Amino acid sequence: MTSSMNNLDLHDLGVAELAAQLAAGTVSSVEVTQHFFNRIQQHSALGAFLALDADVSLAQARAADARLAAGERTPLLGVPLAHKDVFVTRDFPTTAGSKMLENYRSPFDATVVSQLASAGMVSLGKLNCDEFAMGSGNENSAYKPVQNPWDTSRVPGGSSGGSAAAVAARLVPAATGTDTGGSIRQPASLTGITGIKPTYGRCSRYGMVAFASSLDQAGPMARSALDCALLLSAMAGPDPDRDSTSLDLPALDYAADLTAASQQGGAKPLQGLRIGLPTQFFGAGCAPDVLAAVRGALAEFEKLGATLVNVSLPLTELSIPVYYVIAPAEASSNLSRFDGVRYGHRAAHYTDLTDMYKKSRSEGFGDEATRRIMIGTYVLSHGYYDAYYLKAQKIRRLIAQDFQTAFAQCDVIAGPVSPTVAWKIGEKGDDPVASYLADIYTLSSSLAGLPGMSVPAGFGAGGMPVGLQLIGNYFKEAQLLGAAHQFQLATDWHQKAPGVSA
Amino acid sequence: MALTFEDIARVANLARLELRPDETAHTLSQLNGFFALVEQMQAVNTDGVEPLAHPAALLGEVALRLREDIASEPNQREASQASAPAVERGLFLVPKVIE
Repeated sequence: MTSSMNNLDLHDLGVAELAAQLAAGTVSSVEVTQHFFNRIQQHSALGAFLALDADVSLAQARAADARLAAGERTPLLGVPLAHKDVFVTRDFPTTAGSKMLENYRSPFDATVVSQLASAGMVSLGKLNCDEFAMGSGNENSAYKPVQNPWDTSRVPGGSSGGSAAAVAARLVPAATGTDTGGSIRQPASLTGITGIKPTYGRCSRYGMVAFASSLDQAGPMARSALDCALLLSAMAGPDPDRDSTSLDLPALDYAADLTAASQQGGAKPLQGLRIGLPTQFFGAGCAPDVLAAVRGALAEFEKLGATLVNVSLPLTELSIPVYYVIAPAEASSNLSRFDGVRYGHRAAHYTDLTDMYKKSRSEGFGDEATRRIMIGTYVLSHGYYDAYYLKAQKIRRLIAQDFQTAFAQCDVIAGPVSPTVAWKIGEKGDDPVASYLADIYTLSSSLAGLPGMSVPAGFGAGGMPVGLQLIGNYFKEAQLLGAAHQFQLATDWHQKAPGVSA
Repeated sequence: MALTFEDIARVANLARLELRPDETAHTLSQLNGFFALVEQMQAVNTDGVEPLAHPAALLGEVALRLREDIASEPNQREASQASAPAVERGLFLVPKVIE
C-alpha cells in the first residue's frame, strides 16, 4: 500500500484523526503500527515500556486491515494503543511493575483488554508503572523509572507513569491506565495529557492485577477528551459473570455526545454549567504556579458560559489517612495470593513451607508494596480492626456524603490535580508520608467512587504541565468529557508537545 | 500510641514477610510516622455512621450479584500452570507440609 501521508506526521495524530485516516484508506494499520513501534524504540530511554513484541502487534494490525478491507468502519479500528502492565494479557508478559511477576504470562486477557481488541485496537505492548500500582512517581517500578518527556530529569507521575509518558511523548496515541487514588489523573496532569477515571464499577476490574478492590478503576489516557471518550465507550460496561462489582449500566457512546454538543454549542456552549470550587483545594497547600494555571483555566470556563461557585469538602485532609488505611488493608489481602506456589517468584533456598512463603514474598515485593502490606496487615489485625479499618470506612461515608452536599450547589467540581508540578526523579527520597500527602486532591473522589479527570490547563514552574481536575457526580462521565471537550475546542494546551516528541 | 519492635515482628509474621534486622528499625520509624497521621481520624465523630464498603452503596443497596453455579471457563490447566515456579504431572509442588 502506498501511503499518501507523510509517515513522519502519523504520531502527531490523535485517536479520532488516525481512525479517520484508516477509514479513508490513506494509511494502513500496519503502517501506523510500524511507525509507532519505531518511535517507541527510538525513545526507549524514557523507560515507558516493559514489554514489546513486533510480531504480535503487526499480526493485530494485519487483522485490523483485513476488517477495514472488508468494509468495517468502527471508531477505533486499526488504531494502536498500549496497556498499563497491571492489565493481564495473553500476548504479552504481565508484571504489574513487580519482580514478583517477572516473566508471568496470563492465560487470559483482562476484560478491558479484550473489549478494546474487539473494537479493533492494536496493542503495542505493556507500559511501565509503580509496583502493583502503588506510587505517584513511577519510582516504585521494580524495573526502571520512567522519565517525564517534558523534562527527562523529572518523574511522569504515577502509578500510570508509563502510560502518561508514552502518550505525552507521542509514542502511542492512547493508553489504558488504572486509578485507585489518583493514578490516572495525577500522571496525566504531570505530563500534560487528558485522562479520566470513571465512576467506580463503570469498567470491569476482571484481569486488573488487584491493588485495592473497592477503589481500583480502569480508564483511558490520551491527548484529548474526545479521544478518551472514544476509548471509554469501548472499555466501559457491565461484566456480570466476571466482576461482581461492575455496575449494571450499559456503556454510552460518549464521543457521539461530544460531537452533538459541539454542533449546538454557540459562543457559550457551557451556559448553565455550575462549577464548584472546594475551598480546601485552593489553600496554601497548593503551589502558586499550579493555582495560577488552574485559575486561568477556570476563567476560560467562565468565558464559555460556566459559573463558578464556592463549595466545601471539609474532610479533604482526612481523606489521606482514610485512604492510606483502606487501600493498604485491601492490598495486604489482595497481595496474599503471591505465595510462590501458583505463579510468581519463589525463593531459591528455604527450609519449610512457611519459610518459603516468607523468603519468596520478601524477595519478590519492593519497599512500598512491603510497607503497605505491613500497614494493611496491622490495621486488619485482631484488636485494631475497629479503630482503623472500620473507622476509615465510616469516615469514607462522610466524605462521600460531603460530595453530595456539594453537588447540590454545582454540576461539576474543579481544582488542581496535584499540589505541584512534576518533581525531580529521586528528589522525594525515602519519606512515604510526604508522598502520601501529595495525593490530597485526588483521594477524596476515589474514596467516594466518583468520576474524575485531568485536563491540560497550562504550565507552571520549569515549564512543566499543570492539569485541571474535574470531578463529576456518579455516572456523569459524559458531562465531564463534554465540559473538557468544550474547553479543548477553545484552548490548545492539550495540543502542546514536549521537545522529546520531535 | 507508638508501635514497638514486637509489633513489627508480629505483623511481619502475619503477613508472611521476613524483614532484615536493618529493615526492622527503618520500618518501625516509618510506620510510626505514618500512624501519627492516621491518629487524625480519631477526632472525627462517626457515631451512628455506617461503614461504606462499595462506593455505589451511597446511592442505595448494592447487592453483589451472583452468577449461575455452572462451569463457564474452559480447562486451561497447562496455560494456568505455565508460570508456576514448580509443577509436576499437573500438580503444584510445595515443600512437605505434613511430617
